[in-house]
Amino acid sequence: MTIANSTELICFVVLAAVVVLGSLGVVLLSNIVYSAFLLGGVFMAVAGLYLLLNASFVAAAQVLVYVGAVNVLILFAIMLVNKREDLKPVEGLQLRRLLSGGVCAGLLILLVRVVVSTPWAVPGPAAIGEGATERIGEHLFTDYLLPFELASVLLLMAMIGAIVLARRDVLEADVGTGDAVDQGLIEKPSTPLLVDQSTR
Amino acid sequence: MVTNLATAAPALVSPGLDLELSFTQALQGLGLSPQVAHLIWLPLPMALVLVAAIVGVLVTVWLERKISAAAQQRIGPEYAGPLGVLQPMADGLKLLVKEDVIPARADGLLFTLGPVLVLVPVILSWLIVPFGQNLLISNVGVGIFLWISLSSIQPIGLLMSGYASNNKYSLLGGLRAAAQSISYEIPLALSVLAVVMMSNSLSTVDIVDQQNGAGVLSWNVWRQPVGFLIFWICALAECERLPFDLPEAEEELVAGYQTEYAGMKFALFYLGSYINLVLSALLVSVLYLGGWGFPIPVEWLAGWLGQSVDAPVVQVITASVGIVMTVLKAYLLVFLAILLRWTTPRVRIDQLLDLGWKFLLPLSLANLLITAALKLVFPSAFGG
Repeated sequence: MTIANSTELICFVVLAAVVVLGSLGVVLLSNIVYSAFLLGGVFMAVAGLYLLLNASFVAAAQVLVYVGAVNVLILFAIMLVNKREDLKPVEGLQLRRLLSGGVCAGLLILLVRVVVSTPWAVPGPAAIGEGATERIGEHLFTDYLLPFELASVLLLMAMIGAIVLARRDVLEADVGTGDAVDQGLIEKPSTPLLVDQSTR
Repeated sequence: MVTNLATAAPALVSPGLDLELSFTQALQGLGLSPQVAHLIWLPLPMALVLVAAIVGVLVTVWLERKISAAAQQRIGPEYAGPLGVLQPMADGLKLLVKEDVIPARADGLLFTLGPVLVLVPVILSWLIVPFGQNLLISNVGVGIFLWISLSSIQPIGLLMSGYASNNKYSLLGGLRAAAQSISYEIPLALSVLAVVMMSNSLSTVDIVDQQNGAGVLSWNVWRQPVGFLIFWICALAECERLPFDLPEAEEELVAGYQTEYAGMKFALFYLGSYINLVLSALLVSVLYLGGWGFPIPVEWLAGWLGQSVDAPVVQVITASVGIVMTVLKAYLLVFLAILLRWTTPRVRIDQLLDLGWKFLLPLSLANLLITAALKLVFPSAFGG
């Protein structure tokens, strides 16, 4: 076995261990801040696995999107609404845990069965390495154009929804409870768009 | 329209000095296998660049002290060595031997991990900084994209240290730092994208090669003046330099996320921010100011003097000139950043976010579209 091969194997074992243990930590830790930070570690380890597969562009995109954007936003949300309140104990917590554990175990058995029974082509197709950036770009602008555009429309919809939910001053009634919003309480830089101006 | 970019990229650049090849060949001449020779070579450029980064920080700290003193009509450090050049070493030594305090109610693990997460991505980004045709650690294909994605890890470290300090100023500083860095990353990436579009490659070496056809006239700054300004503003914001140093605004937040830190952990933040400043200046010079290129192409000079570009002496001189030019351009930008720090007032958080989202983002999008249009209309001038 050459030096390169053994290095690759060691890297794979370490990264795989980080992914598995980190994901378990994300689910099982009771402190949600630890879970969020561990999630970032798991994303980084997945990016490392992409690197091992010689897909450096995908690895860099994974770091940029999942660690730099998704995980930072999760942390942001947790820290902005980090109210220290005692939660009410849920009834039948043990039973719920058993049930969800059972569902997860069933899913795991199903996936293991798929992995074992599929005839994988070993070794897989050769990685194109540095040419991947161009290949991904070509696909995004030709045969994957429609999914790409649909994803951007979906993101736009999510963004508008988030803005409407966050800026209560543009709505007459609270989205959650249906109570009328007291417009006097909200500081506004400009007159709200969606509030009926004729009633005041 | 799908074009094959690999065929469009010119491959007519002289290979220049290849230290790795000569080093591994020398070791193989001593009877070692190519693999072992490669293994011995691997840590050398990394160590060299790490030392270069640290020395760069020491020089920057000294410059900061001296220039701030000049701006305020003081003398600045003068006793530690001639002109006070040893002052940064004294600062570092002081931080090294200082007591390492972890606040009693802080989260010890995250408190320690935070500064590390801030420093490591910045040092890793030096991987792609080229000082010459072959004078960089690794000419990775994703190049400049690697730097953008690595710099997006930093906010996690800042949030982590802000949260773990268990202090309201720290948390606010961490949140501000993360918000600022997310907002300015987008215009930064878009202005880099315009440059990448012109050079048809993400690799920093290709970006510099594409600028060095006609010396100073072919530098990207003439073709991307708006992108250059956007990039520089965003780089200052990413480095949390004044006028964008809100996360550590002394009057409002004590020192932001660094408030509870002392000793070596504080030094890691300090080191990280200065390494980041030098790195940003280096990348501005690589992306917009021709990288290692001399204002008049070295090939022309060699031709006028009747020397072959491939002659060993000319190659060594070319490589040295390249390193000097890269560092010189970067330090001129560092000087500009220091001057800006000591002459401009700090912006408010709403002004900062307005500038980022309502001005720089649309401007960089327009810059990208105009670059694409110009590339289609004038393919020869805009790297078609």
